[in-house]
Amino acid sequence: MEREIVSKLKKEILAMQGVPQLVEGRAADTGLGPITGAFPYGFFPVGIHEFVSTSAETAASVSGFMAALLSRITRHDGICLWIGTHRMLFPPALVFFGLNPHNIIFIDNRKPADLSWMIEQALKCEALSAVVGEISDLDLAQSRRLQLAVEQSRVNCFLHRRYPAKASTIASVCRWKILPIASVSEPGLPGVGFPAWEVTLEKVRNGQPGSWRMWWAETHFESLAPSRDPGLSFQPLSETATA
Amino acid sequence: MRRYVAIWFRHLLTDRHIRKHPDMKSVPFVMALPQRGRMVVTASSATATALGIVPGMVVADARAAFPDVQVIEEKETSPEKLLSALAEWAIRFTPVVAIDQPDGLLLDATGCTHLWQGETAYLKDIRDRLCEFGYHIRVAMAGTPGAAWALARFGKEQVIIPPGEDRKAILPLPPAALRISPEIVEKLLKLGLSTVSKFVDMPRSSLRRRFGPELSDRIDQVLGKSSEWIEPVEPAVRYREQLSCLEPICTATAIRIAIERLLELLCNRLAKEHKGLQKAILKTYRLDGKTQQIEIGTYRPTCHIQHLLRLFALKINTIEPDLGIELLILEAPVVTGIREEQGSFWSITGDKNLTAIAALLDRMAGRGGHDIVRRYLPAEHYWPERSVTQARSLEEKSTTDWRTDRPRPTHLLPCPEAIFVTAPVPDYPPVLFRYKDEVHRIAKADGPERIEQEWWLSDGLHRDYYTVENDQGARYWIFRSGYYDQGTAKWYIHGFFS
Repeated sequence: MEREIVSKLKKEILAMQGVPQLVEGRAADTGLGPITGAFPYGFFPVGIHEFVSTSAETAASVSGFMAALLSRITRHDGICLWIGTHRMLFPPALVFFGLNPHNIIFIDNRKPADLSWMIEQALKCEALSAVVGEISDLDLAQSRRLQLAVEQSRVNCFLHRRYPAKASTIASVCRWKILPIASVSEPGLPGVGFPAWEVTLEKVRNGQPGSWRMWWAETHFESLAPSRDPGLSFQPLSETATA
Repeated sequence: MRRYVAIWFRHLLTDRHIRKHPDMKSVPFVMALPQRGRMVVTASSATATALGIVPGMVVADARAAFPDVQVIEEKETSPEKLLSALAEWAIRFTPVVAIDQPDGLLLDATGCTHLWQGETAYLKDIRDRLCEFGYHIRVAMAGTPGAAWALARFGKEQVIIPPGEDRKAILPLPPAALRISPEIVEKLLKLGLSTVSKFVDMPRSSLRRRFGPELSDRIDQVLGKSSEWIEPVEPAVRYREQLSCLEPICTATAIRIAIERLLELLCNRLAKEHKGLQKAILKTYRLDGKTQQIEIGTYRPTCHIQHLLRLFALKINTIEPDLGIELLILEAPVVTGIREEQGSFWSITGDKNLTAIAALLDRMAGRGGHDIVRRYLPAEHYWPERSVTQARSLEEKSTTDWRTDRPRPTHLLPCPEAIFVTAPVPDYPPVLFRYKDEVHRIAKADGPERIEQEWWLSDGLHRDYYTVENDQGARYWIFRSGYYDQGTAKWYIHGFFS
């Protein structure tokens, strides 16, 4: 009862602050569990989601996490575009995250200068389910253009910034950081188990940043630590997980 | 009723030289090549010819008679190259232009002359334009290529033979007008057969007996009794539209309007025939004789004017109009049938979405190159590099499912990179490995998964793959190639798991 009142009041505050309710009608069920509480209105927002990775291992984790998210927020037969310059993604791996690799169209462009234009063109195409852009450097003006395109077409955009030259701020609704942590397996079983990550929301527009430990159980996310109130759980993370 | 035009360049190479060096116009000069230790004239300019210097003369003789004649050594300017450039230029008069070695062009003018309001004006236009370039030419129009050829070289200045009068026109010409070899010409002249009229009506069997098959074949071709094919420099394209401009155009907007007009003509025709183009080439002919072209390709056959225009618009800025463009030609070399656009009866995400995506991909390919768009399907191979295959189209479905029984890394290195490994027991997963000067202690491991080379595709060692996780939680895909005990085993890293 108390929680209902609090969430209702939160929504009223957001509405008074002029935050548009981005998700109309049926919201995509991300299955992110406790993380959804960090978003405004409690819905996974449509917009630019920025993922930053600084090593080959974290880049792979980001790709996996993005694929898992995509499989939850897109339709089964929806077509996604995966745009980048030096693609490392191995298409058969997407099956393990619930995506059909043949529904993904890869744009392996050679010139990094054209990437921003291509992502913007893709975001303007409403027939797509989502757009993934692997672009390392992007300035604020370019990201605003992308944000405008998203607001027009409502096509979700995941930007994977690999080894960014400088940590410039871009116009994104969320900035994620995904670090791999020890995999999860049944007790007593040897070998490598299900992929697990430390998911950090470094920035959420009108939401509550926080950090959670999640693992991917073949079809859905599972939370490792007991869910806490994201508003209280935010604590600076040690950067030691991987170099 | 067919009509052919023959153009004879009387001083092809020297006229070309004068075009490049206008100061040589009034100077008698010849081009020469060394032959058997002496310089022999291969081409002489109009002024030199007037003095009596003809190709085949020895340069020393020419110099003795006319000390002020200049000699230029003939270098790389080959007549073939020059003629093919002229032939491409002449496409403005007819789509079928053939090179006639060594110094002429043949044009199939059938059905083209009415655009110039008559044959006289057509021929005059060809003559005037080429004369403006500085070429000394003779042109003739007749009903067969052979007759046109003969009259251009042996007839009067500018000849148009009315249909059906070819025979009458060639009767007074010498036998060389029949394009026969010099030996036969010599034989005919020795026998006193100095004009075509003297032997054209002789029985064919006796002509063939005496002179071989060549003469009678050539007579048949000139008279139109047997057909003669001329080989056009550019094969005819079925789907092409052309637009000549009243005034030369030189702005991007004007080019865009011109492309739109051409696309309207072409696409309306394609739509009527239920066809779509997959490749289109726009050729622009500039005032100064240069041609430029831009090319677009599409993933699905289409005849959608606005979409094609958008693709062309991305490339308009690569055209340099310079003084202006006088002619634009749009060709569709690759045309295939399109399926009728299906209504969204079966599914909401039907063809309409695919069409929009195909249009988007066309734009991207237009900007980045046609090979940047990729889509993958499973291939029935265990070898990781061969386990995916590129799909040829957006709709192509695979016959097999994606495999999920074996772990595959999220990121695969383009080629495996060598690592240093410490493994306590053969065929056991390693306890640590060093990659890029960093030591990873392995906490958990799975494997091995042995993948053999497919001997019918390539030779080499098998691989034993291990999935390993280091003590910090990062997961890798590493393998050992070859057997442990043969001393050839090497360890590699091939991918990263999420």
